[in-house]
Amino acid sequence: MLLSRVAETVYWMARYVERAEDTARIVLTHTNLVLDLPRQIRLGWASLLTITGSDEEFYTRFDNPTEERVVRFLVADPKNPSSVLSSLASAREDLRTTRAVVPRAAWEALDDGYRFAQGQAALGISRRGRYDYLRRIIEHAQLLTGLLDGTMSHDRAYDFLCMGRALERADMMTRLMDAGASNLSPAGSDDTEAFEDTQWMGVLRSVSAYQMYRRHVQVRVTGPQVLAFLLQDKEFPRSVLHSLERLEECLRGYGRSEAVLHILERAREMVSEANTRRLASEGLHEFMDSMQVVLGDLHDVLSTTYFRAEEPLRASVAA
Amino acid sequence: MPIRWENYPVSGVYDELIAADGRPRRAARQLSQYLASFTDQDLRERQAAAELAIRAMGVTFTVYSEEGGIDRAWPFDIIPRVIAAVEWRRVKAGLKQRVTALNCFINDVYGAQRIIKDKIFPQALLADSGNFRSQCMGATPRHGIWAHICGTDLIRDLDGTIYVLEDNLRVPSGVSYMLENRLVTKRVFPELFQHHHIAPVDGYPSRLFDMLASLSPRQGHPPTMVVLTPGIYNSAYFEHSFLAQQAGVELVEGRDLVVADDDCVYLRTVDGLERVDVIYRRIDDLFLDPEVFRADSAIGVRGLMRAWRKGNVALANAPGAGVADDKVVYAFVPDMIRYYLSEEPIIPNVPTHVCIDKQQCEYVLAHLDQLVVKPANESGGNGMLMGPQSTRKQRSEFASRIKKNPRNYVAQPALRLSTAPTLCSSRLEPRHLDLRPFVLSGGNGYVTPGGLTRVALKRGSLVVNSSQGGGSKDTWVVDDEDV
Repeated sequence: MLLSRVAETVYWMARYVERAEDTARIVLTHTNLVLDLPRQIRLGWASLLTITGSDEEFYTRFDNPTEERVVRFLVADPKNPSSVLSSLASAREDLRTTRAVVPRAAWEALDDGYRFAQGQAALGISRRGRYDYLRRIIEHAQLLTGLLDGTMSHDRAYDFLCMGRALERADMMTRLMDAGASNLSPAGSDDTEAFEDTQWMGVLRSVSAYQMYRRHVQVRVTGPQVLAFLLQDKEFPRSVLHSLERLEECLRGYGRSEAVLHILERAREMVSEANTRRLASEGLHEFMDSMQVVLGDLHDVLSTTYFRAEEPLRASVAA
Repeated sequence: MPIRWENYPVSGVYDELIAADGRPRRAARQLSQYLASFTDQDLRERQAAAELAIRAMGVTFTVYSEEGGIDRAWPFDIIPRVIAAVEWRRVKAGLKQRVTALNCFINDVYGAQRIIKDKIFPQALLADSGNFRSQCMGATPRHGIWAHICGTDLIRDLDGTIYVLEDNLRVPSGVSYMLENRLVTKRVFPELFQHHHIAPVDGYPSRLFDMLASLSPRQGHPPTMVVLTPGIYNSAYFEHSFLAQQAGVELVEGRDLVVADDDCVYLRTVDGLERVDVIYRRIDDLFLDPEVFRADSAIGVRGLMRAWRKGNVALANAPGAGVADDKVVYAFVPDMIRYYLSEEPIIPNVPTHVCIDKQQCEYVLAHLDQLVVKPANESGGNGMLMGPQSTRKQRSEFASRIKKNPRNYVAQPALRLSTAPTLCSSRLEPRHLDLRPFVLSGGNGYVTPGGLTRVALKRGSLVVNSSQGGGSKDTWVVDDEDV
């Protein structure tokens, strides 16, 4: 038996942890990119706000998106509800209310991670300390994921936890690809071509996918191939398709799942039918946007089905 | 330097471990001898080990502040409080007797009201009792039991007599700390448990489970049982979640429950609605059901009282059970025991003068400088007069308050609470304490061996409340008969 409230809380807990991890990865990717690119290509920081969907939140409080400001906003700003720090704080609060279903060690790991993120925030914003800080955040999140996988019963609460993680990961993956590619000038321009490889390698590295890509794709790193790998690869655990299939697995054995499965199928079709060759040169941002809309729909229907089902309050339902 | 018990300052009070001549009491002899072999450093190390264990176990209580609730580690003193098994047998019988009578009383006042008709208990007291719930009239909970979980506070006076200070019949808390205290002590003094016959306390969660199951309206059907909490910001949330885990039932909030049109209570689950049989509620009466009590309650369940009155769900404790823990009603408990059980009370009440009685009121007014005056419906020591420490002005102020509203006041002699050795910056010093045993009543009964000992950590202080600098100790019921 699983309470709807508990299901929703662990679902969000997993989403927040994944969001913290992936936001850290996005900032890390962008920072590396800035370091790699030659001086004549000026890379702004404003695009990170668009990618993470936080333009409005940012510009109501600030006007000039400087590196320092954007990084602080995305990493350590307690007033930004989706900063790394806020995400960890929300995850911690969620875990606090569901300690009965989650192993104690997981609570301790998350608590440690949050305390680290909070205590060392100044380090995370500085360019010098950023790499180590964000790596540590990512490691904390990975540790928690591992602890849950290895010590929590794979029960219904775990199903919802995995659903939350899968959905957030798919969503953040689309944003991350967007982040890695959106700064490229149109293909073919002399200045940029030479750096394309560097840039796509950076994207792969940011999701720890470089080695797996090399092992499984066996062609040189190119935009279309990287997009195909991160969108459509069945085996790589951070690819969008993999996350969608994970979600579907979790739903197995649940009644009333038709509406969810329907949207899931739509999302899967979009991913499978994506023409990555074309997306590598144009329309990537729009495509990722529309993916995010479908993933949002998926969340909505999941919520209404399992978290706040307004059933007819009749005794017959109990059977 | 080892502890020299002859230098331990027992003065003018009863100490639980050390007699007035500086020699350990019989049941505490082994423990005292053992502690005497400790250096200050040893003691400090054990206390540090205990603090570490508490932090690792996540034992906390919540303190409110402007920024919201903060979890504080539970303050714990490593020196156990010892009670001889032979004394405990009497206390246990006394507690059972008392809670049985209290349940008879509650069942009676919401039913035939025989005790009023027989002029043992005044009608007027019931009418303006703050915890009487007219909405419960005529309800018939299973077994006739209303107070399923009772926490009774006991204190010991100078001459060694144990008294009941008060009965907590609404949502008494502290039992989780009793259980955790034992776990910590086992980690800190494992060697002591090999040589003592200490009554185990860890049976409580399964006794609680059995008791709750005995209340289920669907006997013969595996019951669905829940602990209903106000949520994580409640100061006792740790306990709610601990008990749910230990007893193996769900921890739920009001929004997880719904009363359907068949007047049954259901849980909202990912698979739809599931019928609930027993609710161990840790929410105050007035917040239980916005349909019947406070309409602005956001933590209750609409329709819960309907379901309960129809017998479709059991509530522990039953709504209205608090009628018997009013401080004026308390004064009548010995009479209740005589009336319902035809027995003499085994554990005495603290002698209590009720001002609603003219003669007693005159006595109180004449002896204000020797008495503690308490208002009937306040808790936590609010609005009290401590006679021996009071000024003339305070006394005359209280005298006029009492005359104005005699029903609202009771008075008791100022007792000298007993002490026990407590570690205070690596020295053992006497500190005042009380004891809260827990009594379960349902299809069968249970009394915890010992209970939660709360200790005032400040020298001379009588305040044992954890939010006001109180701590707690493990409580050992030690069988010393074959030692």
